[in-house]
Amino acid sequence: MLKIFRQILRTGVVTEELPLVDESKVTLTGARLNEEVMKRFANSLTIRFVDAGSCNACELELNAVNNPIYDAERFGIHFTASPRFADMLLVTGPVSRNMEVALKRTYDAIPHPKLVVAMGVCGFNGGVFGESYASLGSVGNVIPVNAYIHGCPPSPADILNGILRVIGRK
Amino acid sequence: MKKDKIKEAFAGLVGADITPDNAHRGVSAINAPRELFSQCAGAFKDAGFRLVAEWALDETPLGRGFAVCAAYAHKKEYIVVKSSLPIDDAVFPTLTGKYVAAFRFERQIHSLFGITAFGHPDLRPWIKHEDWPAGAFPLRKNFNASAKMERVKGEYRWIRAEGEGVFEIAVGPVHAGIIEPGHFRFQSVGEDIINLETRFGYVHKGIEKRFEELSFEGGVKLAGRVSGDTTVAHSLAYCRAIETASGSVVPRRAHWLRAVFLELERIANHLGDIGAICNDTAFTFMHYQMAILREKILKTNYKLFGHRLTMDVVTLGGVRVDITDGGVNALLVLLDEMLKEFERLVKIYEDNPSLEDRVYSTGILAPDIAAELGVVGFVGRASGQAGDARIDCPFTPYDEFIVKAPLLRSGDVHARAWVRIEEVRESVRLIRELIGTLPSGLFQAKCLTPLEGVAGFSVVEGWRGEIIYWVQAGRDGVINRCMVRDPSSVNWLSIEQAIKGNIVPDFPLCNKSFNQSYSGHDL
Repeated sequence: MLKIFRQILRTGVVTEELPLVDESKVTLTGARLNEEVMKRFANSLTIRFVDAGSCNACELELNAVNNPIYDAERFGIHFTASPRFADMLLVTGPVSRNMEVALKRTYDAIPHPKLVVAMGVCGFNGGVFGESYASLGSVGNVIPVNAYIHGCPPSPADILNGILRVIGRK
Repeated sequence: MKKDKIKEAFAGLVGADITPDNAHRGVSAINAPRELFSQCAGAFKDAGFRLVAEWALDETPLGRGFAVCAAYAHKKEYIVVKSSLPIDDAVFPTLTGKYVAAFRFERQIHSLFGITAFGHPDLRPWIKHEDWPAGAFPLRKNFNASAKMERVKGEYRWIRAEGEGVFEIAVGPVHAGIIEPGHFRFQSVGEDIINLETRFGYVHKGIEKRFEELSFEGGVKLAGRVSGDTTVAHSLAYCRAIETASGSVVPRRAHWLRAVFLELERIANHLGDIGAICNDTAFTFMHYQMAILREKILKTNYKLFGHRLTMDVVTLGGVRVDITDGGVNALLVLLDEMLKEFERLVKIYEDNPSLEDRVYSTGILAPDIAAELGVVGFVGRASGQAGDARIDCPFTPYDEFIVKAPLLRSGDVHARAWVRIEEVRESVRLIRELIGTLPSGLFQAKCLTPLEGVAGFSVVEGWRGEIIYWVQAGRDGVINRCMVRDPSSVNWLSIEQAIKGNIVPDFPLCNKSFNQSYSGHDL
């Protein structure tokens, strides 16, 4: 036990300040939410994540968002297991044909008002997988999307900045 | 290279109508009439070989019909057995009587090619979900891959269990955490699992078909995204297959740098997984500590090589980025710092009784079952299977270094974590050696185009284990077929065996200790 305490003290606070947002990394689409909703989302945001066909690189970086360096919780961002508690649906990957139904069901299970953010180049335009019998390409081809976060995969800082931008905090 | 074991296997096939196949590079290959396809498997099984992969191909653009291939391995010896099949009678004898791993391979061939393994006891579709049109065989050349497939009504026949108190728990494809999608169905009595059936295919993106639409060079980027956590190893295996097929020479410096990337990828993934295993026992301290170490590696990757996960750094004929003298120093400093912290954390891991309670004797994969399934990589090495391609069939530069791979036999969650702890240490040692002996000169050379009909075979030890690529060149510089075998394709079978008799709440922990790829499996 002492070893653990010593290690915690030695480590200290490693969380880094989030770098300034690079506007080219995010594309906002569709109708912006009205101000009332923005205010409600602003201080606490609960996200349901769905991998709709990703190669798992986006998941690695999304997991990193929760590590002590990027610490998403300091912005009130929290990932939930239940879509019923979610304000935002975060989707990775080109939507595979075999995940289309599950993605739509998750979207439907999230109460209004809801935001959808697609991350990674695949979620934007299908990326290297394109559109085919097995890949439906962009997340926007399957459900309405409010914003795209670019990158292959986007870095943890880009992901956080993108999410904050969508809810009007950046 | 002496091929004693292969000779031994052939002793049982004397007089059979078998000819060498000269279109293969990087592996021994034979042509056998399909009647002997299963007999060959028997001969290799008797000689102690494991089934590495089984796949089909459509050779109509080369003026032939269909074919089915099986690859076997015994330590450094790999051999491909190929049987041609007529298009109007696309059937071959099943290997399931000889090898358990053939079950999934042949279901996949049946689903995606419409080529049937005669005598296979379970031809339910695999990857192909029940709502696909029955006649859709995407890997056939006459299939229109760009058209949208209609959705039909269908049902998947699950394995059921009956009896008093038996119930079923269905999990996925959308999971609770930030992980890939797959479906797990448990039959349990109380908390005890009596059977687990997995079902995948949710992230099937048509990767093998997509390769056939790309140039050899374009395929590098796709290979790097077969499984994003293994981007270096997959792109390396792909490039090696093409370079072998075309007889291209890669500069020595590039070989060394590729190995540095490969070992860095191994370290980064193992660090993340050791932490994640602890996290699933609610020991979050370790999860965060390991995440900090992992982040240090990724940040250095970005600084030195331009990408946090070192995506697209391996390319045909070499690597895309060189390392400077300053970079070498930065890397060595990083490894020193990282290892010091890591050893402190390993001590804490060892001294924690509550952690011990959860990881010892949980999710045991017994060595005999592991051998029967032919599991590879760290999962195998935790269950008494010593295979490591860096040692058994070392590719440059590993043929010039002595690699030590840990071997445990207990096969539990702890063993799978401990093998990775040892591998982190070994990879650090290897990178230091590689850096210390880094040859000077070019880091990229021109890669030639493989000749029509030639197939290149490559084996690379990624962090999960042995990755196999088999790439066949078509007419006019296109890829006729690219067969990808991620370690997950065989290792996923083993989790169903390891979980039996465990309790449902331990499943996430067991699954994390295997951490197999969904994307690399579904393709």
